[in-house]
Amino acid sequence: MAENKDRNTSTAKERKSFAIAEMLNLHQLEKWVHEKKQILLPALILFLLAFPFILSNQYLLTVSIKIGIYSILALGLNVLTGYTGLVSLGHAGFVAIGAYSSAILSMKAGLPFFPSVLLGMLLAGAIGVVLGLPSLRVTGTYLSIITLGFGEIMKMILMNWQSVTGGTLGIKNIPKPEIFGMELTVQNYGLYYLALFFLILVSVFCFFLVRSKTGRALRGIKGDELASTMMGVNVNFYKILAMVISAMICALGGSLYSRLIGYVDPNTFNFDVSTMILSIVILGGMGTQRGMYIGAILLIAFPEVSRFLMEYRFVLYGVILVLMMRFRPAGLLGWKSRLPYPLSRQAKEDLAKESKELV
Amino acid sequence: MVTQQIINGLALGMGYALIAVGYSLVFGILRLVNFSHGAIYAFGAEMAMVFIGMHFGIVPGIVAAMLLTGILGIAIDKAALEPLRKKKSPPIASLITTIGISNIITNLLIIFLGSEKRSFPSIFGEGNVMIGKFPISITQIMMFVVSVLLMGILMFIVFKTKIGLAMRACEQNPKAANLMGVNVNFIISFTFFLAGVSATIAGALVSGYYQIVYPNMGFMAGLKAFAAAVLGGIGSLPGALIGGLMVGVSESMAATFLGSTYRDSIAFIILILVLLLRPQGLFGRKGITKV
Repeated sequence: MAENKDRNTSTAKERKSFAIAEMLNLHQLEKWVHEKKQILLPALILFLLAFPFILSNQYLLTVSIKIGIYSILALGLNVLTGYTGLVSLGHAGFVAIGAYSSAILSMKAGLPFFPSVLLGMLLAGAIGVVLGLPSLRVTGTYLSIITLGFGEIMKMILMNWQSVTGGTLGIKNIPKPEIFGMELTVQNYGLYYLALFFLILVSVFCFFLVRSKTGRALRGIKGDELASTMMGVNVNFYKILAMVISAMICALGGSLYSRLIGYVDPNTFNFDVSTMILSIVILGGMGTQRGMYIGAILLIAFPEVSRFLMEYRFVLYGVILVLMMRFRPAGLLGWKSRLPYPLSRQAKEDLAKESKELV
Repeated sequence: MVTQQIINGLALGMGYALIAVGYSLVFGILRLVNFSHGAIYAFGAEMAMVFIGMHFGIVPGIVAAMLLTGILGIAIDKAALEPLRKKKSPPIASLITTIGISNIITNLLIIFLGSEKRSFPSIFGEGNVMIGKFPISITQIMMFVVSVLLMGILMFIVFKTKIGLAMRACEQNPKAANLMGVNVNFIISFTFFLAGVSATIAGALVSGYYQIVYPNMGFMAGLKAFAAAVLGGIGSLPGALIGGLMVGVSESMAATFLGSTYRDSIAFIILILVLLLRPQGLFGRKGITKV
């Protein structure tokens, strides 16, 4: 009886949330965006390219670079949490690996920017394999705890390995990236375009990843691990792969971050950073790509625009998490899509041919 | 030297054990890692400080803080977690909610009390007792005694009273317990109350030991206590005690022999090893890993 009542209320609530979605015309909006894609996408890219010239404000530009970097981080975590369903609370560890290794390789080994970032990503990927191994044995909350421990241990390594990482003092004066002898800074908009370049790269990568065989395998694992195994998905392989991809993307974000700020120390990458990335993923909508950008814009810009709230804004940040979980756990942009299922061109042609033959 | 470190570790471990009990109690019933527990611990210690500052006297001040923190625990459950249970949200939703609550509590403490470290009065006074060749401070002995006493009371509540029976029933199967006439939501709130009370006592004891209190004290202590709870077998009270002592001793050992920068990492190394080698912990039952 009680069970029955629960079910009724939950469907009523679902209906209510649908009603809200209808009210905001989210589905219409989605359809509109989908139909006008050919116009909107170039317009968006044009806007992003022209953005620094429209703005011409150092401080706001720095904030927008930060938003871009956090979007990259969120996209990285989304591969693991959104698509595969493994919740990580220690991704700051991977960000730290990327930031430190890129900075150290540039400063001590004299490597240029791109190779140093690539090596940092490879290192993070290798450590991702190691961290991926426990995910084969433990699940759910326990895995989150292991990743949390990983983040803390990373911090300890950074603090104690003084000859390389500089201990608690960190690394100062990290050089700005250089391309063809030109230094990319916030002033000459170079860093902005660099971040934008990587953001687009990662976005395109994620876009095709989800729609690939790998992406389907990952989403299958999220839906039901046992069923995926029965369908012939090598669950172990794909779990580790998801961890590695996610680690590498986060390391990329981390190396950009260290170049932007020009200074890293172990406390730059604490638990708060991990929860920040996770909050972006959750606020935007786990398993969606559009949500990551909106989540990053809201959560990174929020502390900047709400300076008048003083310390209360950190409280509000917790309140957002609690309220989101309570009223909109799927995230701001996490509604169920009602677009027709996207078919490949091949399938469409086949269908057209068959229907012609039938006529 | 080694014996001295073991004694220090045991006193410290008792504090961890009292915090770990809170994780264990809540996890046992809800299968939820309550990330706000560290913040609750800091809240308890800060409130004890506030009440003592209001000339309540030390013991009544701590008791008042215990009640207030227990009520805070109930409020967290009623305001944030019970609605999620009713909606049958996935476990990750509750986990993230507790992270958010931890954020709220810590930052409110910082706003109203300031983030600086303030000195906490010594509860049991200064002084040493010589046992054999080793001087042991009265604070350490009393910490141990109070903790063991409290553990005894908690175990009595869980294993000998009617409400404890209901708690254990909810732990095994909430639905069946509900059918037998147990008010599950009340039991969960009561569990949060107990967790808050024991966290406050831990907070007061540890702050009295270090004679220092600050809003961010809960984060590290909470994580280490969680490692202790997992080591002992989460959901088990004796496990929390043994796990807390082991984490405390290994921490003070690591601080002595490896250097003080390693003292915070040893708990996490223990945690990861336990989760990989024996996820149910020392005293946990098999099958409890199903989260």
